[in-house]
Amino acid sequence: MSTTSVLFDAPGPRARLRNNILTLVSAVVLLAIAYVVIKGLADKGQFEGKLWQPFLEAQVWTGQIIPGIVATLEAAVVSAVLALVFGVVFGLGRLSDHAWIRVPAGAVVEFFRAIPLLLLIFFAQAGPATISGYTVSVPAFAAVVIGLTLYNGSVLAEVFRAGILSVPRGQSEAGYSLGLRKGGVMRLILLPQATTAMMPAIVSQMVVLLKDTALGWVIAYEELLNYGLKQIPSNFGNLIPSAIVISLVYIAINLALSYVANRLERRSRRSSKTTATVVGAPTAVGVGGGAT
Amino acid sequence: MESLLDFSPLAQEFTTILTGFWSTIRLTLMSALLALILGTVLVAMRVSPTPVLRAAGTFYVNILRNTPLTLVLLLCALGLSDTLQYTLSGDSPTNYYWWAVLGLSAYTASFVCEALRSGINTVPNGQAEAARAIGLTFTQSLRLVVLPQAFRSVIAPLGSILIALTKNTTIVIVAGYIEASSVMKQMFDDYGGTLPIFMGFAAGYMVLTLPTGFFFGWLAKRMAVSR
Repeated sequence: MSTTSVLFDAPGPRARLRNNILTLVSAVVLLAIAYVVIKGLADKGQFEGKLWQPFLEAQVWTGQIIPGIVATLEAAVVSAVLALVFGVVFGLGRLSDHAWIRVPAGAVVEFFRAIPLLLLIFFAQAGPATISGYTVSVPAFAAVVIGLTLYNGSVLAEVFRAGILSVPRGQSEAGYSLGLRKGGVMRLILLPQATTAMMPAIVSQMVVLLKDTALGWVIAYEELLNYGLKQIPSNFGNLIPSAIVISLVYIAINLALSYVANRLERRSRRSSKTTATVVGAPTAVGVGGGAT
Repeated sequence: MESLLDFSPLAQEFTTILTGFWSTIRLTLMSALLALILGTVLVAMRVSPTPVLRAAGTFYVNILRNTPLTLVLLLCALGLSDTLQYTLSGDSPTNYYWWAVLGLSAYTASFVCEALRSGINTVPNGQAEAARAIGLTFTQSLRLVVLPQAFRSVIAPLGSILIALTKNTTIVIVAGYIEASSVMKQMFDDYGGTLPIFMGFAAGYMVLTLPTGFFFGWLAKRMAVSR
């Protein structure tokens, strides 16, 4: 890294010595921090076998963690599909030539991106019940899916728009000059090229979406976090070990997704099938991705 | 049916709502400050010539970025504060406030770190090489050439992160501190989930997020480095 970094020259003998000393000092400091954390946990008795024992039992995995993962993935997959549809419709809507489509589509996208996801989920759950005079009740699953769809769909709409706009104008001009119409140019020229460019951004938005299913906790949707951090600790009184195990599960799933995103990004950078530049991922900050 | 378009709950609870949004603002600003500091430390670690520090920085960022914020905040509030009894203040709301701030900033710092790092990566190598060629020392080239360009290119991403942080403060609802989204939940329970209440709170958040977005967009455009 140090040879290619913009910050540092290739180190000479003195710099190498200094770097080695720094390495030693920082290793000592980091080990000290790790020692303090582990000793703190040990003093509070968090490493006792009986707190970790449940995670060695098959029943905890088959009865709680795996159903939790399944419920999380269910919510994530359903909302991902719906969000993609929402994103295509509103992303193309914003690119429309007709102001009466473009303006409302833009307003919807900007609105859902500007407000917190949790507000959407709360309203999706409480709104229909109140408005129908308490005859309709929205299950927690639906509320989570509605919230995730509207929010992530709006972010994806922006990704789609950026993807289509990233195809050089000459491409659509060439299409028109061949006699294609608007639909044909979009379907045959722009979308195929833009899809390649957007793939990495779409996949990294999926990581955000997957993490956000954890908001199901707030409205008692029984997903991984609910199983792992409410039910297991209430049975075994092991909140800290459960939190550690559950976060490892989340990290494993998300790292797998990010790995796919990186692979796709590298592939589309190499690809010569598209003239579009790769769309940067929206700043993926959990429940918030990048509003402008 | 006319009760569905009844805006009076918003007027009745106006002071509670304002207090809720004031808590949101305090959470946002304090977490933003801490996240910026921690993020800067992390990015210094991640670009340092010391492999141990680089690995530690990468480890932290990968862990925090891939964990749901809900889990981070629950770990802070239920785990560190309630289970392990590490209290940051004798006063209960103040204790939860600080744990929420710590959770938010620990989470956001990993995103700040990545934004800053990609900012440094946008500075072309030639710039640093030119700086060395005219005899600037390491600190001088950092201070006069690399960092000014890096900072300008991270304004827009940092703005997005600040907006996301504002919206993420709603999740503090799981950590036992009252802010605007918990006020809305309470009002939904008291008055029913009506559209006016939802729109009122949505407008409140938009008042916070949209100007931030415009400001950072304007600033980024103004400060942009032309290459």
